[in-house]
Amino acid sequence: MPITLTVNRAKRVVEADADKPLLWVLREDLSLVGTKFGCGAGLCGACTVLIDGEAVRACQTPIAEAAGKSIVTIEDVASLPVGKKVVAAWVALDVPQCGYCQAGQIMSATALLSRTPKPSADDITAGMSGNICRCATYLRIRKAILEAAGLEAAGEAA
Amino acid sequence: MNPVSLNRRSFIAATIASGAALTFEARLTLARAAAGAGAPALLGAFIHIETDNTFTIEAKNPEIGQGIKTMLPMLIAEELDVSWSQIRILQADTNEKLYGPQFAGGSWATPFNWLPARQAGAAARQMLIAAAAKTWGVEAASLTTEAGMVFHKATGRSTTYAALAPEAVKVAAPDLEKVALKAPEAFRIIGKSQPGVDTPAIVRGAPLFGIDTRLPGMIYASMVKCPVQGGTIKSFSDSVLRKERGVVAVVPVSSGEVAAGKQDAVLIVADSWWRAHKLRDKLSVEWDSAAQAGFSTASYAKQAAALLGAAPQTSLFKAGRADAALARAAKTVTADYSYPFLSHATLEPQNCTALWHADGKLEMWAPSQTPGDGVKDIAKLMGIAPEAITVHMTRIGGGFGRRLMNDYMVMAAQAAKAVPGRPVQLIFDRTDDLRNDYYRPGGWHRLTAGIDASGAMIALKDHFVTFGADGKASRASEMNAHEFPGPVIADVDFGVSFIATNLQTGWLRAPTSNAMAFVFQGFMSEVAEAAGLDLPELMRRTLGGPKMLPRAEEGEPEFDTGRARGVIDAVCKFASWTGKPSSVKGKGRGFGFYFSHRGYFAEVVDITVSDSSAVKVDKVWVAGDIGAHVINPLNAQHQMQGAAIDGIAQGLVWQPIVQENGAVTQENFSDFPLMRIEMAPDDVAITWVITDNPPTGLGEPALPPVIPAIANAIHDATGKRLRSLPLQLT
Repeated sequence: MPITLTVNRAKRVVEADADKPLLWVLREDLSLVGTKFGCGAGLCGACTVLIDGEAVRACQTPIAEAAGKSIVTIEDVASLPVGKKVVAAWVALDVPQCGYCQAGQIMSATALLSRTPKPSADDITAGMSGNICRCATYLRIRKAILEAAGLEAAGEAA
Repeated sequence: MNPVSLNRRSFIAATIASGAALTFEARLTLARAAAGAGAPALLGAFIHIETDNTFTIEAKNPEIGQGIKTMLPMLIAEELDVSWSQIRILQADTNEKLYGPQFAGGSWATPFNWLPARQAGAAARQMLIAAAAKTWGVEAASLTTEAGMVFHKATGRSTTYAALAPEAVKVAAPDLEKVALKAPEAFRIIGKSQPGVDTPAIVRGAPLFGIDTRLPGMIYASMVKCPVQGGTIKSFSDSVLRKERGVVAVVPVSSGEVAAGKQDAVLIVADSWWRAHKLRDKLSVEWDSAAQAGFSTASYAKQAAALLGAAPQTSLFKAGRADAALARAAKTVTADYSYPFLSHATLEPQNCTALWHADGKLEMWAPSQTPGDGVKDIAKLMGIAPEAITVHMTRIGGGFGRRLMNDYMVMAAQAAKAVPGRPVQLIFDRTDDLRNDYYRPGGWHRLTAGIDASGAMIALKDHFVTFGADGKASRASEMNAHEFPGPVIADVDFGVSFIATNLQTGWLRAPTSNAMAFVFQGFMSEVAEAAGLDLPELMRRTLGGPKMLPRAEEGEPEFDTGRARGVIDAVCKFASWTGKPSSVKGKGRGFGFYFSHRGYFAEVVDITVSDSSAVKVDKVWVAGDIGAHVINPLNAQHQMQGAAIDGIAQGLVWQPIVQENGAVTQENFSDFPLMRIEMAPDDVAITWVITDNPPTGLGEPALPPVIPAIANAIHDATGKRLRSLPLQLT
């Protein structure tokens, strides 16, 4: 059945089953492949998107639940003021290694800084714990979040 | 060693012996003039000179996060003498005849390409200079270059490489061995940090990875695989499934005996992967896996205990008379060490996209660390010529050795043949991925050492129980006959016994070393304690003066005890190592050294043990010797952080792969947890020991020492020796 979604500020009509996860709608029906499949069980965070500003696991979200809400993916996160800072910090610190998890990391970091503009070290851990980076870029992820928040050294965040 | 392992090693050794430069020479003869006005000129396969005096450099190796797509072009750009800002990097397709070896493994890319890639850049520069000399009627020796320009200082003339390119492609390619290379003092790119070339594309979610491949009319395949590795299809019924909406084909695939091992599965091909995956329970398959039902983690442990109690089945290395030396030793130390099977768990699940063209040619988009091996497997299995297979190399969402094996390529090729003219993308789900890995094999060691009255090691025995059959270790299950400190001890006896398994074993980042470092450095820490020394001091005494010890295998360099000593001293200074036991409750410090993949690494870790016995690594101190140059310092730092934290994961976080009734039981990151941000240390501090040796790679050698360093730090903090991975106090 046709379902209308608002993705990256644009209305998109998708012909798909209501229980199809948003992740696969993005990847298969809308060719927005920046959102990644990692575990299919909400355990790795690679599929994180923003729905009405909240970080959500797209692999666990049937599209019927996302209908009528505002969805932001990695492809358009830099259109948000906070997302733009996060992306800039990610580039400045050259955070990615293989890069596969980084879309999810950036979405979670954007959600974190949107609700907690000056995060403590514990806030960062809590906000980012759901996102696995198999290459272990965690030290740079911490630093990039501090940089995006305008908090320079790790010591100042505590 | 099994045939696969031997083949791989022989290949590497032969490539070194013949000189990778030969293939580069062949490539330079391909230099040709621009096909028409406005087209770029090619100087060899790697360098395209664009008409606006920018340069496209082809990156030939698979990029798995090790930074090679940035680093190899740095080498070429340096000697071509262009600015990094003038460069665009293009991922090459698989064509080993044209490009030379194209694989990501063994930390080989730097030693393989350090000279040939620079020679390719220097040869192109020499051809451009020759063209300028001819045009201006001056001596080539009077010309200089910088930033893609040639200068004749005497007359103040200058011109761009682009202007010279049409003439340069007519110049005979020079002898690569005789091409002049820059003196290191003149390097403008090598040794300067360059961020990853794909970073801007990654942060905007661009389609870079294999799983991101999108082609017109593309369909998807989900895999139904026997829960037991090695099981085969007895029968299957797809009559219900075929009637389902969206299903295009149901394809039984069987690979037979290719290098990737026998892979039997039924693939469901549909218009959506999600749909194909959801429909898996509509397919009924009867598997034949009776022969594998007896294999289990519990049975391996039982067999290992029995084997350790008996004499080794085969001898690996013997020198002197170890038993007699132990009998006269002032003290002896005996301990058992063990480690479990591990999965690679790349975050991008195994996947491959394939298109069987109407003319019988096969086109593939493969995230493989060894795409050329995948071509060989497919050609052998499907009876097609390797030349009929084109493989586009995608960016890869993590390798760690998993993608040295090409099972997903073999299966995707068979799926494509069943739906000719339609591209099909095979994706493993996470459970498929965890249960169909080529696991880091587990292993068991019973070690005994003897020390004399002065505390010197005089005897060493190891009985290694590993996986294999018929007296041969399975893939990545072997041990170096010259494992340190064996070669510096007079009386040594290394023996091996084998356990059979149905599981495919394989290479995991720093293969064998990731286990042996833990075993031997952990054990030497116990010997040091018995001798009244700390481990760095026992290492110094055992290494002795500078000398070369036997190479681990053909094609590898010898073990230079002087370089080992260099990094040990450097890390002790760097971390202010005192060797004194911890005086703070819950805090501990440990040391580890290992030489692997041509890199020498000594590391110190500081840990905190909580009241609930949880271990957290606070800081890792790394001293590394990878030769005379650290080509891309920024990426080197990334690799060090990643390797150290991966080692922490192997030491503390990862859960073993558990096998019951032949089947691996892990399902997802719920029962195979990966390292998360809260377990990452505060800092990984690095110091480089620069030595006059050819530079080598960094993907692997920093990982192994961190694991024994953690075990030794736990002993420092708690007095407990943990001898089994993962290290758990409770």
